[in-house]
Parts: sequence; structure tokens; C-alpha cells
Amino acid sequence: MTFIQGLQGLALSAAFISSAAFAGEITINSDHSDPVPKKAMEELIADFQKANPDIKVKWNNFDHEGYKSAIRNFLTADAPDVVAWYAGNRMEPFVKANLFADVTDVWTANGLDDQLKSASTSMTIDGKKWGVPYTYYQWGIYYRKDIFAQQGITPPKTWDELVAACAKLKAAGITPFTIGTKALWPTAGWFDYLDLRVNGYDFHMQLTSGKVPYTDPRVKAVFEKWGELVKPGYFVANHAAIDWQDAIPQLVQGKAAMYLMGNFAVATMKDGGLKEDQIGFLQFPQITAGLPVSEEAPTDTFHIPAGAKNKDDAKKFLAYVASPAAQSKMNATLGQLPVNNKADKPKDVFLEQGFEMLSKAQALAQFYDRDANAEMAKAGMEGFQEFMVKPDKVDAILARLDKVRQRVYK
Amino acid sequence: MTQAVSPQPSFWKKNQQKLAPWLFLAPGLLMFVIYVLVPIFESIWISFHDWDGLGAKVWIGLGNYAELLQDDAFYTSLKNNIIWLVLYLLSIPAGLAVALFLNQTVPGIRLYKSLFFFPFVLSQVVVGLMFTWFYAPDFGLFSKLIEEITGQQIAILADERFVTYGIIVAGLWPQTAYCMILYLTGLNNINPEQVEAARMDGAKGLKLLWYVILPQLAPATFIAMVVTVIGSLRSFDLVSIMTAGGPYGSSQVLSYFMYEQALSEYGFRMGYGAAIAVVLFLIMMIFITLFIVRMIAQERNA
Repeated sequence: MTFIQGLQGLALSAAFISSAAFAGEITINSDHSDPVPKKAMEELIADFQKANPDIKVKWNNFDHEGYKSAIRNFLTADAPDVVAWYAGNRMEPFVKANLFADVTDVWTANGLDDQLKSASTSMTIDGKKWGVPYTYYQWGIYYRKDIFAQQGITPPKTWDELVAACAKLKAAGITPFTIGTKALWPTAGWFDYLDLRVNGYDFHMQLTSGKVPYTDPRVKAVFEKWGELVKPGYFVANHAAIDWQDAIPQLVQGKAAMYLMGNFAVATMKDGGLKEDQIGFLQFPQITAGLPVSEEAPTDTFHIPAGAKNKDDAKKFLAYVASPAAQSKMNATLGQLPVNNKADKPKDVFLEQGFEMLSKAQALAQFYDRDANAEMAKAGMEGFQEFMVKPDKVDAILARLDKVRQRVYK
Repeated sequence: MTQAVSPQPSFWKKNQQKLAPWLFLAPGLLMFVIYVLVPIFESIWISFHDWDGLGAKVWIGLGNYAELLQDDAFYTSLKNNIIWLVLYLLSIPAGLAVALFLNQTVPGIRLYKSLFFFPFVLSQVVVGLMFTWFYAPDFGLFSKLIEEITGQQIAILADERFVTYGIIVAGLWPQTAYCMILYLTGLNNINPEQVEAARMDGAKGLKLLWYVILPQLAPATFIAMVVTVIGSLRSFDLVSIMTAGGPYGSSQVLSYFMYEQALSEYGFRMGYGAAIAVVLFLIMMIFITLFIVRMIAQERNA
């Protein structure tokens, strides 16, 4: 009796296992835990299932911070079929450890080399494509239009104009730039832009991939420019104690006039009570004349793990995410920019300016902590923070960073 | 003619006395071996490798330890750990003071006792957040106060000179409450006859405290010492919540440094992290050995 029951149980569980592995189901792991990205993702999955009724999508949504360590576990232990991650060197460890699958065929079959051109280089390692980008956003200087008008400042286009504007604001009792460096990464926005404008994209990439020492005079030159803003106190005091959101009240209250940030900060500024016509967007000013202009645009991506069970359907999903229709809808919800150049243009004022700016860019950097190796990024950003507090220690900081570089990229 | 052969006692019967305790210990021992002993040796093993947790382990012998000796961040962490260790011990006299103060029969004293105990009930994360706001420039109570007094703001958590002390103060708050509870229970067990006798001999005030009360509180002091020393060495949560080791790594402690190197977003240097863990383990072993030696000595005397 019990034997037969046991057999039945066995048969049942076997049937269950085979149905779970049935073709037509894909598992997606992602970190769309904030309300807006979560909604965008829900819509995306619903639309995908409508277009592909025979594929069932199972979605595991992770907490944003926890995801960064969870992905290492599930990629090696029990790989899903699609994972969310980031472009550039952030995906390199997984590619090098053979944990991501090559999806070059998805790109060629769907004409993505042309449609996703702006993100093409940041998705390529060893001549192959390792995922599909679906969204990015611009960085730049957000400033208080009304304060600029009050002080009679025109939005600066060159470095000298920027420094002059800062001096004028400071004299009027307004701190030129707000920033919160507690989480370190906001400092990297400054370093990236200064390096992109002083030395250009190619040098920046060489530096972030460890080929140039941090003690190089060209790196020193970046810090000299930065020092022109740090030493006269053009950044808010005590920035090391606050997070990026806590820096926004300074801007809202009119105690500070500018903020170098990603476009996501606009929502927080509006929540803080600023009206749209009070906020202006400014491309980071030119420093070295004649240098091709590149911008910062961190790109979010989807990948197929090498251990995925249902790669065929996962590729269908990637192709769908890359399509102009899907990217238009998703980014309208996200309030960010579609990577696909056939997608609808955004309607938001700031996104429109960003779209314009990025489409003219020579190349796109992913942000220091995605372009540089993770360990280097941590040490680097700590150095940037220290520089913003103690600019005189620049030589000691750069020597220390180079020590880290030599170890990390050996 | 035939001799009745007494059956050989079975193995179990023969050794029952010896085996039974081990059987009872087995479940606990098994857990202890799997979750404590094996990981300790695994960590030591990993600390001799260069390993990112994904790829192949590369044997580098003492390379991680050699690098540790060259690493400024390691010395910062070590120094901060020592500051933690010393200052955290202040919670013992503070706890004793509060306990003595509360050890009286006044209406509603139970309520006061529970209010003083309250910080220990709070999660360390909540304590960390509260103190972060307390210190926050512009709107924090503390920085407002400092501004009133000195005329300028000091952002405790952004200043490398004060940051570690700022975090320790946050840590002392719940730890004092913990020591206080230990002493309150200790005070309950004080022999009233001895106190009576001492009073009759004319002892009072500090003398009474030092020569009569404190010796009777020795067991409580011992426990308070153990939990405080161990607590200071694993001070991870407050550092993580309040500063994440910042500004520029100046409030690092060994446990956070280890986490950052081995497990955080920017790290994944398992071998290096394991080497830090081994160093921390050795430091803890010094104290644990001292405590155990003392405990064994006490048991012998008893």
C-alpha cells in the first residue's frame, strides 16, 4: 500500500518536474524594486506575454542593493533565463567567468547593430555582444534658472565662464554647487566629466581600464581643474556627511545654485517643491578646446546567463526588449531615455535636451564605478572624496590610487 | 555437563555509560562543527588564496597577509578597533552608575528602569539612524547645539577627527543599558546582612561601594566585560549604517573592512577578506582565552 503510494508520489513529482522544465517558460531575475521601475517591468512582461502567448514569464524581483551580491550566487548555482545588469566593465567579470551567454546573433538577426548603435561599444567584449541595453539617462549640471537670472548669470559654456559664475554666486552668499558624497559615487560624476573634458574619452577609457598610471600628469591636470572649484569653497560644506538626496534641499532653498547629477534627480527636485521652469539643464562646459565631446550615460541591460535552461525563449525576450515599441513604452514609464534610436522621442523637457546631447556625443562613458574595475572604483571614489575635503593632499591620494591600480590590473 | 554460557554483553550495554553523553551532545556538536569549526578552517584555507568567489582559487601562500601589512586601511581599522575597545569599556562604569541610581524603592521605579533599558531593545540599525540624524549638519540636534555654542557647525560623521568617537557614543547608548541590566540583577543578589554588618562597622558611601558591594558584583562585572569586549570587536552594524566606513575610510573597523573587501559591491576579494577575518579571529582569541582561563580557575576554586 505504502509502496504504491510512494510510487504515485514519485510519478507525480516527476510530472511536476517535467512540467516545470517545459519549453515556453522563462525566469527573469532583476532588481526593479523601486515603484516606478517595478511598474515599467510589470508592463513590459505583460506586453511580452501578449505578443508571445506560448511563453510564460516568471519574474523574481530583488532588492536593488541585495541584487548585486545575489547575482553572483544565482548565476553559479541556479541560473535563471534572463538577468538584469549593467553595461561596460560591470559585466566583464561575468563574461570572463563564462557566466553570460553570447547574444551576438540576437543583435544581427534584429538589426540592433544599427538601432542600438550608441550603446554598441559598451555591450561588446572580445568582439561579441553579451546583452541588450534597454534604457539610459544623461548626466549634466542642473541649475536654478531663477537664481541665475537674479544674479545676471548666463549659463556657462566654457570652464572660465563656469568659474566666473561660481565666483559671482559665492560673492552673493550662494554656494555654487551642492553635492552629497557620503555614498561616494556622486564624486565620480565630477571626476568623469572633468577627465572627459580635459583629456577626452579615449584617455578616460585607458585610465579606467588601468592602462595609465594615476600619477600621470594628465590625471594631475584633472585634479588641478577640480581644485579650482574645491579650494575657493564652491562646494557645500560637510558634503561627506550627506547623501545625494540630502543635497537637494540646499538647491530647493536657494542656498546652492547648481548640481552635477543624473537626470533621476529632477524628480526629487520637483518633489522638493521646485517648479519645472525653475530648473535648467546645462551640458558640462568645455575645458580643452577642440576635444570631441563625450558624455556620461549609464546604461541598464538584460543578459542571458550561460546556464539558462531556455535560451531560445530568452533570446525572444531580449529581441522584444530591444524593439523600438517596447523601449518607447518602457522609458515613457521610467522617465528615461530609450537606447533604440527608432524609439519615440521623450516628451519631458530635460529628457529631450538629454536625448539631443547624447545623440551628438562622440562616445558614452558608463560612469566611473561601471567603467573601472569594482575594486579600483571603490578606492578611486574614496580618493575623490578625500580630495574634495583636503585638496592639498592630491599627490598622496594619487600615489595611493596608483598602488591600488598596480595591484588590481596586474 | 553443559555449562550455561552467559551471553556476551552487547557493545551497547558495555559502553552505554560512555556513549550516552555523546549521543545527547551529537546534534549540538554536529551544528557546531558544520557552522563554526569547519568555516573557521575554511576561512584560514581561503586566506592563503587569491580568489574572487567565482573563478579558480590561486594559491599565494602568505601573500594576503604580506599585503595586509602594507595596507594603510588595515592600520586605520586596527587603530579604530583599539579605540572602540577602550572607549566601549566605559559602558561598564556608566551602566554601574545608572544601576546604582535606579536601585531604590521609589513609586514607579519599574517604569524608570524599563525606560533606561529601552535603548538596548532597539535594533542597532535604528540606533545608528537616530544618531546619524542627531549629528546631521543643518538639521541635526547636535550640530544645531554645537553651532549655538561655538558659532560653527561640525559635521561629526564627515570629519575624520571625530567620526569614530561619534559612532562609539552611539554604540555606548545601548551598551550602557545592557550593562545596567546586568548590574541591576547583580544588585538584587547582594547579601543584605553583609551590607548591614558593614554599616554597623561604620562603612558608608564610596568605601561601602568599593569594599562591600563591588566584590559581590564581580560576576556581573565579569559578564559585562565579556559582552562589551566582544561587542566592541564586532562593531559592524553601526559603522555600516552611520558612515559605511567613511569619510574616505577613516571610520573603518576590522569587521567592516573585511566585509567591504570580501562581500560588498566593490570587493569580492575573498582571500584578502578571509585574511582580515583570521587576524580579527586571533585578536578575539586573546580575549576569549583570557576569559576561559579565568572561568576555569574560578570553577576549580568553587
